[in-house]
Amino acid sequence: MTNTTTIYRARRIITMNPSRPSATHVAVREGRVLGVGSLDELAGWGPHQLDERFADLVLMPGLIEGHSHLMAGTLWHYRYCGYFDLRDPDGRNWPGAPTLDAVVAALSQTEQGSAAKAGPPPVVGWGFDPIYFGAQRCSRHDLDRVSATRAVGVLHASGHILNVNSAALQLAGLLRSGISHPGIPLGDDGLPTGELKGPDAMGPLFEHLGLTRSFLSGDEFGIRAFGKLAVRAGVTTATDLAATLTEGDVATLQRITGEADYPVRLVPLLRLIGITPTEAVTRAVQLRERNTDQLRLGRIKVVADGSIQGFSARMRWPGYYNGAPNGLWYTAPETIRECYSLALQQGVQVHTHTNGDQATELALDCLEGALRQHPAPDHRFVLQHCQLADAAQFRRMRALGMHVNLFANHHFYWGDQHRATTVGPERAERMNACRTAITSGVAFSIHSDAPITPLGPLFTAWCAVNRLTASGHVLGAEECIPVADALRAITLGAAQTLHLDGEIGSIECGKRADFCVLHDDPTTADPTALKDLRIWGTVQGGRVFPA
Amino acid sequence: MTPLPTHVIGGYLGAGKTTLVNHLLRQAGGERIAVLVNDFGSVNIDADLILGQSGEVLALAGGCVCCSFGADLVGTLAGLQQRQPPPQRVLIETSGVGLPAAVARTARLAPGLQLEGTVVVADAVRVRQQVADPYMGDTVRQQLADADLLLLNKADAVAPEALSALRECLATLAPRAACIACVQGQVPPTVVYGRLGDTESEDASFERHWQAVPWARGAAPAAADAFVSHTWQLPAGVDLNALVQRLSASHTGLLRAKGWVQDAAGQRWLVQSVGTRTELSAAPAQARPTAPCGRLVLIGLRGVFEPQAW
Repeated sequence: MTNTTTIYRARRIITMNPSRPSATHVAVREGRVLGVGSLDELAGWGPHQLDERFADLVLMPGLIEGHSHLMAGTLWHYRYCGYFDLRDPDGRNWPGAPTLDAVVAALSQTEQGSAAKAGPPPVVGWGFDPIYFGAQRCSRHDLDRVSATRAVGVLHASGHILNVNSAALQLAGLLRSGISHPGIPLGDDGLPTGELKGPDAMGPLFEHLGLTRSFLSGDEFGIRAFGKLAVRAGVTTATDLAATLTEGDVATLQRITGEADYPVRLVPLLRLIGITPTEAVTRAVQLRERNTDQLRLGRIKVVADGSIQGFSARMRWPGYYNGAPNGLWYTAPETIRECYSLALQQGVQVHTHTNGDQATELALDCLEGALRQHPAPDHRFVLQHCQLADAAQFRRMRALGMHVNLFANHHFYWGDQHRATTVGPERAERMNACRTAITSGVAFSIHSDAPITPLGPLFTAWCAVNRLTASGHVLGAEECIPVADALRAITLGAAQTLHLDGEIGSIECGKRADFCVLHDDPTTADPTALKDLRIWGTVQGGRVFPA
Repeated sequence: MTPLPTHVIGGYLGAGKTTLVNHLLRQAGGERIAVLVNDFGSVNIDADLILGQSGEVLALAGGCVCCSFGADLVGTLAGLQQRQPPPQRVLIETSGVGLPAAVARTARLAPGLQLEGTVVVADAVRVRQQVADPYMGDTVRQQLADADLLLLNKADAVAPEALSALRECLATLAPRAACIACVQGQVPPTVVYGRLGDTESEDASFERHWQAVPWARGAAPAAADAFVSHTWQLPAGVDLNALVQRLSASHTGLLRAKGWVQDAAGQRWLVQSVGTRTELSAAPAQARPTAPCGRLVLIGLRGVFEPQAW
């Protein structure tokens, strides 16, 4: 990086620095913000080049996605089959499939496009969301129309259900009678319908659909595709929240994020799975040594329970609204407690996935116990999702020094289901309680969990501001937050959850030159239009990336 | 192809699942056992049993292996059967918060396996507290309810009166299970697996074996249960309903029954009983039984099970 100074003029610069909230010029040197203010003030730094390319545009701090997965990029190996339109990493719009026939047509097109390749490769789709198709369910016969001979599978948007055709079932040895499994519904003929619910039922099919480990962890294609998605969403720092981080994975990440034009700072978290807490903490400490500006390692992710819409989240009394039995623990309390204790001693940050309020309570109990034994200043432990926390739990988070990252996008995508089925109207209205986080004094962010919902912090901010469900219902007006707070949540708030708020999250002297560049001004736009604001691209580490 | 006998071993964190697995590996007696664990992080196979590791497979003494199955139990089970030489028995150790019946249901999706019962290990000292835990109570209760055989481990660490009170309590929590008190998971493998008798002297050999194992010769604390084996002769023309009813009855001290019988129509059946659950599988017409027909090998709790009554 040269030590020349570039001063960008913008229509407006939203800094997120309360002592100088807006400005017209920002000076950048060595990939960092030299200063924000008027041209006169910045000229005091000495010789500079004035760059006018953003003169009609608005700058705000580069957006930070605190809970996403590189798989959001990897999935673009496969055919998008969602209900809503979606742009791919190269900006091409893939129209939503409004009917089951449209999904079959999309997959057939992919099937024909790839038929010439050697062997019978599987046909895979993703983002499928048949809840919008009313009572009509997808069966293997529907997907048999795509191919009678090649394995065909389409993953649901939630990631919890997979639909396959007869050929795929045949390959997995599941096209037979006598199967008795709660995740494998049977048709009138006694054979599986082709719908596979939950990881146990989906697992046997993945291999036959060519969905291997790299599909989950992000291969080279996926990491690059993720970078492009980030630029289009105005994102300059993003997490990969549950990585295995083998030596090979780390080498690939270091190589790609080290390239001169890789546009996003990645924060992969090591998932506590398949290793003991001691191994995880030791590994996290070792990984810290490998940090670069663009790759931030050394944090741990723990998964306490499952998902609310999959009825595998752990709920406190009185449990699920429809009477479904309580969910599953994914990690034993003893293991969580041990991990917290060791991490506190080593200064390793732990993010814990809790969806149900009982899982949240457990994480709070575990941290309280661990902190009594190993008091640790500014540990920054974070609850991820934490969708059902009540006000008392937010007060405990505050008391224990926890931060939280709430899943605001859920209101839109599953809010109607939460109201009607999973948790009922009252608790649905307090889900992802951003207002309560603010009044309780808990630093918070909001997230997409991409690819579960699309990467797009401005959309996520829109969700937190408006709390609209897909059917247009306002889910918990009392928990709506002002635009300014939502914008803070996707910048400084997210930076705080990653313990990077000294470096990123606002535009001020000394911080990384990470900007989200917009055509429209989010602070003056109609709050209901937040999701539709046009993003020009990003500046990341002083490098300019048009979308 | 003979189905591969497969057993699920469940129980809460710290109950002694891995201790039991290590014990069963030491007592393998030449049988090639494949141990499947959720992840290597949670398992501690005794170091002296490990010969080496390649990828996700630990090579163990005596041709045994240990694999982690992670998110793909069915694929791992299918892969096992491709190994050369193939394993002769599979033990699936669930995670400490895993639900054994759910794991068994998933294992049944893999072809070529015969699920032969769910063993749940409970910590005699802590299980009462665990079932009452506000977070884990329902998980532990579900694990116990899934058991066919319940191994009440660390039985030497509680007083005899407390142990019998605990057995009564567990009879309610694990209504289908036969409960065995033990120390360090030390139970004869045949109690866990069941046994197909192939010679008349099976009972005598079981007795010899039982007397020969160190924990039966006074080395084991009095708290641990002891066992007896008996061969039950059943002439052709067996009334299957009556047989199932008798094998499934509680309080007989019967832990395991296994063998071939013939009904009045001449059909041969493989009978497998564990706890209060009895399964019959019809032998295909051409198939040769793997043991003489008309005999069940019964394994019972010494002092409770009455061989002369069978």
